[in-house]
Amino acid sequence: MDYILHVLILALIYSIFAVSLNLELGYAGLYNFGHVAFFGIGAYISALLSRAGMPVEGAMLCAMAGAGIAGGLLAVPALRVTEDYFGIATLVFAEMFRLVCLNERWLTKGPMGLPGIPRPAWIARGVDGLPVYLILTALAAAGVFLFVRRLTGSPFGRALRVIREDEHIAQAFGKNVLLLKIKTIVTGSALAGLAGTLWAHYISYISPADFTLTETILVVLCVVLGGRGTHWGPVLGAFAVIFFGEAVRFLPIPHELHRYVAPLQGMVYGGILVLIVLKMPSGMIAEHRRNGA
Amino acid sequence: MLRVRNVTKSFGALMAVHDVSFELGDIGITGMVGPNGSGKSTLFHILTGFYRLDRGEIFFNRHAIANRPPHQISRLGVIRSFQQTRPLPFMSVRDNLIAVAPRQCGESIWPLFFSPTRVRRQERALREKADGVLDLLKLAPLADELAGRLSYGQQKLMELGRILMADPRLILLDEPTAGINPTMIRQLVAVLCRLCEEGIQIFLIEHNMPLVAQLCQHVFVMDSGELIFSGTSGNARRDPRVVEAYLGRESHAA
Ligand SMILES: Nc1ncnc2c1ncn2[C@@H]1O[C@H](COP(=O)(O)OP(=O)(O)OP(=O)(O)O)[C@@H](O)[C@H]1O
Ligand SMILES: [Mg+2]
Repeated sequence: MDYILHVLILALIYSIFAVSLNLELGYAGLYNFGHVAFFGIGAYISALLSRAGMPVEGAMLCAMAGAGIAGGLLAVPALRVTEDYFGIATLVFAEMFRLVCLNERWLTKGPMGLPGIPRPAWIARGVDGLPVYLILTALAAAGVFLFVRRLTGSPFGRALRVIREDEHIAQAFGKNVLLLKIKTIVTGSALAGLAGTLWAHYISYISPADFTLTETILVVLCVVLGGRGTHWGPVLGAFAVIFFGEAVRFLPIPHELHRYVAPLQGMVYGGILVLIVLKMPSGMIAEHRRNGA
Repeated sequence: MLRVRNVTKSFGALMAVHDVSFELGDIGITGMVGPNGSGKSTLFHILTGFYRLDRGEIFFNRHAIANRPPHQISRLGVIRSFQQTRPLPFMSVRDNLIAVAPRQCGESIWPLFFSPTRVRRQERALREKADGVLDLLKLAPLADELAGRLSYGQQKLMELGRILMADPRLILLDEPTAGINPTMIRQLVAVLCRLCEEGIQIFLIEHNMPLVAQLCQHVFVMDSGELIFSGTSGNARRDPRVVEAYLGRESHAA
């Protein structure tokens, strides 16, 4: 029972994470390959502040704001280069973030990580707190879902789709493409920060090893598998990916092979991602139903 | 209204536009003709901010617009089409029109959540406006079709519809009738004349000479990046430099 609650919490956190990426990747066509950095920035800010004694709720808000600001700081230079290089710039940014966490020991304790991250005062520690934490996460996920649905179903989202389909048309009709993209990345980053902070306070221990390329691939996989540019796609993708990942744990893998499992996971997820992009590019939920033709 | 002074643009050693100066009056339809590769599209790209210019000045209603970003020039009311059709293929025809409308409050995040009624009201108004434009262009039956599924000619008409949604003051059309059938050309011409009567200025690149003669009070001719003629279309046909530019091209092609 507790285990099911645990998996649900993880899936909901990844839903938030994937929905936030979908805003950028699915609607605006921004291939952000460093989204995990904002998840991590949210997690670290929230962990550091709450360990320093700030109430968890306040720490979470600061974490979202911090991740959003970091998103803006990345977006402004990264959007100056062409699309391909935007992907590389975001990838490099995420790696830089990880290295900073690894090396600035005075702040982050380096590879040791930050243990003992508290939960909100009104949620019990350990397994007793699981149901309440699940409710908190579900409420957050619902809020994010509705917020992003409002955004993407609005003229704002329509403008993003214009940019995704033809940036020159957007410009020729007076859309400030750069500004719209910056707003999108700031929003997406703040929401990823929320996912990160929910995760940190749930797991209670974070280290730089939690924010690697594997996590980036995982969240991109959630979005692409579920269906980019759709409301439910990333949620569906997140549940599928998390449930699949947990199911793998029950495979009878010999003990002496365990140390290969983690790196293999990354490869497997990467492989699945490539397969989907090649064979089923619109994912489980397709954005455009092509009738006829 | 539009004043262009000594505009020059080169791509490496190629002078695509060389020291071009002209002025568009306040009303009417102006044509731009010239052989392939003479720099007409390049000039349009420069006027609308898509290409940076090397030298020169451009004024639109006393705003200096040279090297301003495209969206700022567009917001002054200078709206262009591209030589290739550029539908937003996965959006409906109606959405193609609504999406490009300027000054939408719902494109900012704040009003979406704090003044939703204003956003809704504007959306309704835009929808009505779009349906009116589609009626005018006789595209109303296709309003819910994906734009990518329209024929080439229908796409060209739809692109004109998009421009009408943008409250243009000066329209730049890059070969609006290329590759479409005579019926649609007549339809397009009718709409252009109507816009002209409403006081919207039109500047178009066109290879169809009879059409230019019929539509345009004033004609510019470009050749090898230079403006070689400015005057009425009747005079253009008698101008020795214009004749040479075209004959030169034909003997080259032969
Ligand atoms: N981005 C670019 N880079 C390099 N050369 C270019 C570029 N754009 C245009 N040119 C060159 O500039 C010259 C003028 O091209 P332009 O497209 O303006 O001609 P045009 O008058 O519109 O011709 P057409 O009637 O065929 O459309 C051509 O020689 C073209 O090859
Ligand atoms: Mg051209």
